Amino acid sequence: MAQTLIATATDAPRTRARRRWQPAAYLYVAPSVLVLAAFIVVPLLQTFQYSFYDWNGIGASTWAGLKNYAAVFTDVHLRDAFLHVSVLLLFYAAIPVILGLGLTIVLSHANRLRGVGFFRTVLFLPQVIASVVVGTIWVSIYAPHGLLNQALGMVGLGDLSRAWLGDYTFALIAIGFIGTWVNTGLCLVLFLGGVQNIEPSVFEAARIDGAGPLREFFGVTLPALRGQLAIALTLTVTATLKSFDIVYITTQGGPGTSTTVPAFEAFNRAFNTGQVGSAAAVAIALTVLIMVISWLITRLQPKETA
Amino acid sequence: MRIGRVEKTVDYIILSVFALFALLPLVGVLFSSVIPAADNTGGFQLPRTVRLQNYTDAWTEGHFSSYMASSVLVAVAVVVLTFVLATLAGFAFARMTFPGSGVLFFVLLVGLMLPEEAFIIPLYFNLRTAGLTDTYWALILPQTAQSLGFAAFWMRNHFRAFPGEIIEAARLDGATDRRLLWRVLVPASWPSIATMAVLVGMWTWNEFLIPLVMITQDQLRTAPLGLAFFQGQHMTNYSLLSAAGVLIALPIVILYLVLQRRLISGIAGGVGTR
Repeated sequence: MAQTLIATATDAPRTRARRRWQPAAYLYVAPSVLVLAAFIVVPLLQTFQYSFYDWNGIGASTWAGLKNYAAVFTDVHLRDAFLHVSVLLLFYAAIPVILGLGLTIVLSHANRLRGVGFFRTVLFLPQVIASVVVGTIWVSIYAPHGLLNQALGMVGLGDLSRAWLGDYTFALIAIGFIGTWVNTGLCLVLFLGGVQNIEPSVFEAARIDGAGPLREFFGVTLPALRGQLAIALTLTVTATLKSFDIVYITTQGGPGTSTTVPAFEAFNRAFNTGQVGSAAAVAIALTVLIMVISWLITRLQPKETA
Repeated sequence: MRIGRVEKTVDYIILSVFALFALLPLVGVLFSSVIPAADNTGGFQLPRTVRLQNYTDAWTEGHFSSYMASSVLVAVAVVVLTFVLATLAGFAFARMTFPGSGVLFFVLLVGLMLPEEAFIIPLYFNLRTAGLTDTYWALILPQTAQSLGFAAFWMRNHFRAFPGEIIEAARLDGATDRRLLWRVLVPASWPSIATMAVLVGMWTWNEFLIPLVMITQDQLRTAPLGLAFFQGQHMTNYSLLSAAGVLIALPIVILYLVLQRRLISGIAGGVGTR
């Protein structure tokens, strides 16, 4: 995505390249640029500046050099936060994408079924619901008398039941599974949409050549889905790295610090524990990580669209 | 190509299983929202009696009338501001030539990829100094800025794809740039503008971190912030929590059901993030 945007941002307008340049254009662009500068670009540069200082948010600040960045690697709590978010990546991105692709092997002709529009609507639904609402729903599902423990009891596994979000071992996985719920439908809808664009005659040809479902998937379907795969990865991976709302609502990083993530650490340090400089360094590290990963993902995209 | 009966059955079974997986938590919260609080253990249960009063309780006792009003005001303001600014900018980037357009467009797009943590910390201190925290402006202006990257990109693409003959005809009639934009391009672009507006409105409606950081007064809280606050106070009042959750989700779900194809392709098209 990032590269698509950059590429389209810099190519010259084709339709009127010959025209003299128009000073009035700046008046059209100015309001947007000013709003963006005041509320995003300048604060972004300030975050960078803050990250080199120690500041409690009230008193005077002192120069800290690279100390706050070093802490991202040495401070156990910060290292854990980045570790936790990589576990979440598995649940928020890897499982939905792999599951979506796996199901696409089976469902590669499903878009010609009657009623597929209904399924698309339902599968995509979790995407449009406010994360705070999603969080409260899952808090009750994971509660001692919630749906998960009910279901375990029903299949005779009642011994396993527990307060999932209060459990040191399972809280992070429980949060991860919420991401799986939100993103699986997104991936499936994306991939089914991509398959729809493949000419039926290509499948015919593959069948005539005697290709089984697996050969058909790796030979025809998967190559055609590279664009959708890049989009699915970009959306799910950046959503994971940005994840704050769900953690805030479900566990606030607890029990202990077993479910902290970088976005939560940045918020908590800046607004609760008076470590603004450290929070800024975490925020910058997170931003760089998101940029690098998005850039790596766009390299997956087929050349024509990138 | 025909689909065999076995394949058809397998497809329907798989799709149904995953549809059920997506729906079960949502149906659960819908049931929970009409079960009397005294009977509600938080688990999945079929309501034996329907108590719609949970909704009026959430609306009045839970202060959701005020939270929803704040959310509507902020979302409408962000959508209107974003629409005006992005239309102007999108028009310039699509139809005008000027030095620095590439760099400026890139600056606009920066907002698309940044996590909110990258700017919210200094933004809070800046707005506090300006006396704007604990006002609606602290919600409206930053979220407009956040939406502009997506919206300007969206409008530019749309204006670029606009048939050149119509534009040339308008120019021959002596239309100025301003007339051309507001009298020709915008009226012909409503479906596209509506999609953009609904996406921006949805992101604003669902936003949590910005209100959490900027707002402390109860009467300024938006609906998601109100729900988070309410949850902190009444952890186990599942009936009221569920009713409030349904109230927040419902307007967006309705818009989604009406405009689903456009919204799905807007989000899944790869630029659909804020």
